[in-house]
Amino acid sequence: MIKVDNLFKTFGNKQVLSDVSFEVAPGEVLGFLGPNGAGKSTTMRIITGFLEPSAGHVEVCGFDVATHAIEAKKTIGYLPESAALYEEMRVGDFLKFIAEIRGMSGPAQRQALERVCEQCHLESVWHQAIETLSKGFRQRTGLAQALIHDPQVLVLDEPTDGLDPNQKFEIRELITEMGRSKAIVFSTHVLEEVEAVCSRAIVINAGVIVANGTPQEFKARVPSGRMDDFFRLVTLTDTAHPTQAPSSHFNSETHA
Amino acid sequence: MSYLSTTLAITKRELKVYLGSPLAFVFLIAFLILSGIFTFTLGGFFNMNEASLSSFFNWMPWLLIFLVPAVGMRLWSEERRLGTIELLLTLPVTVWQAIIGKFLASWIFLMVAIVLSFPMILTVNWLGSPDNGVIFSGYVGCFLLAGTYLAVSCMASSMTRNQVIAFIFSVMLCLVTTLLGFAPITNLLSRWLTPESIEKVANFSYLSHFDSFQRGVLDTRDIVYFVSTAAFYLFITSLVVRQVRAR
Repeated sequence: MIKVDNLFKTFGNKQVLSDVSFEVAPGEVLGFLGPNGAGKSTTMRIITGFLEPSAGHVEVCGFDVATHAIEAKKTIGYLPESAALYEEMRVGDFLKFIAEIRGMSGPAQRQALERVCEQCHLESVWHQAIETLSKGFRQRTGLAQALIHDPQVLVLDEPTDGLDPNQKFEIRELITEMGRSKAIVFSTHVLEEVEAVCSRAIVINAGVIVANGTPQEFKARVPSGRMDDFFRLVTLTDTAHPTQAPSSHFNSETHA
Repeated sequence: MSYLSTTLAITKRELKVYLGSPLAFVFLIAFLILSGIFTFTLGGFFNMNEASLSSFFNWMPWLLIFLVPAVGMRLWSEERRLGTIELLLTLPVTVWQAIIGKFLASWIFLMVAIVLSFPMILTVNWLGSPDNGVIFSGYVGCFLLAGTYLAVSCMASSMTRNQVIAFIFSVMLCLVTTLLGFAPITNLLSRWLTPESIEKVANFSYLSHFDSFQRGVLDTRDIVYFVSTAAFYLFITSLVVRQVRAR
């Protein structure tokens, strides 16, 4: 459902992504891991059509994001990093605006608003301005915005960032539930989240995919059997012992 | 979803932002007080001893140079500063829908402000019998002039995250282009340029084209001038917004 082909991106003369390729099928929850500045957000911004790649293609639900941008964007729900929202708007007005832009009106719009209000527990802040919300409610408003048109594809950039453990749990539950039918990509720094939610994960480092597999496969690759040891193994580029790929599933050459 | 309704959804949102913020009321009050001061004291409304709004329209280009950028400065720079531009451009919205939607909202707001000066019309009609056709064309000229200044502000706003820079840049740009047709400047230029080339330069000024509206002449050429100038600046805006995406 999401097909990313040989993506390259340079900012000025800085290579941010080089040759990133992966696919996500419906019913799959793909965890996107990597240190800060590895290119996670850039990849997501390219998938959602905010940034143009320097080279490569992205296809979402069969639509090329470059040539059929509007059709592709209709199928995507996107939660940008740290949920930049229209601060001065009230939660309800904001979601109504998104629904209007998404082409919903009348009873369909009302139903969609009621659905996301319930899914993301926004009843108590519905009439409150977004600038007055706590981090948790902001994030949930951002999520509600991404879910309003019941998209086939969800791209979530650090959806649990800055939330308390209970809120994190709720968001994970929501992702797991929706992951049964949708194709979901989400980025995170929390490694146990990947184990709890993802059917597959990709680790990206310095713009290069260094691992692509299931959390179980990852853990099997380090003696301790722990995710964070694996993460360190593949993302510390100055490591003395470069990782070897045990199967074609892993392309773990370290980035020069 | 048709092309138009998406654009109008953006217009509606932007209008709500204006009306929901104190800026709108500060702007309206400033506009009405300043236009009143300019018309009745500096413009010498009573000394002219004639029932016309020429003293009102004379000052309009100068007043709008400062007030229109104040309305337009936030349009894109705020989206860039808050990062909401990412949200906007990942919705199924084309760059042109976003540009036109935002432009329309500000333009409607400006037109409402200009129309709220209607007590002036009542005043001259009460004091004498003015040519209301001239007043009408003067207002059309004001709408078009405000739209063109607004397009300049849109462009300036799309270029920076900083609203103050956007404001100053658009005021400068509007001022310079307006001054090209301002009598003291054209007189100064006449020292170096031939009258024909001065006329060509002045033709680029908003002032030369606004003048005919003030005289009650609705000339297609002037309308085309304002519309095409605004379209030009909005086109540059679209290039800048696309550039933000390509970086």
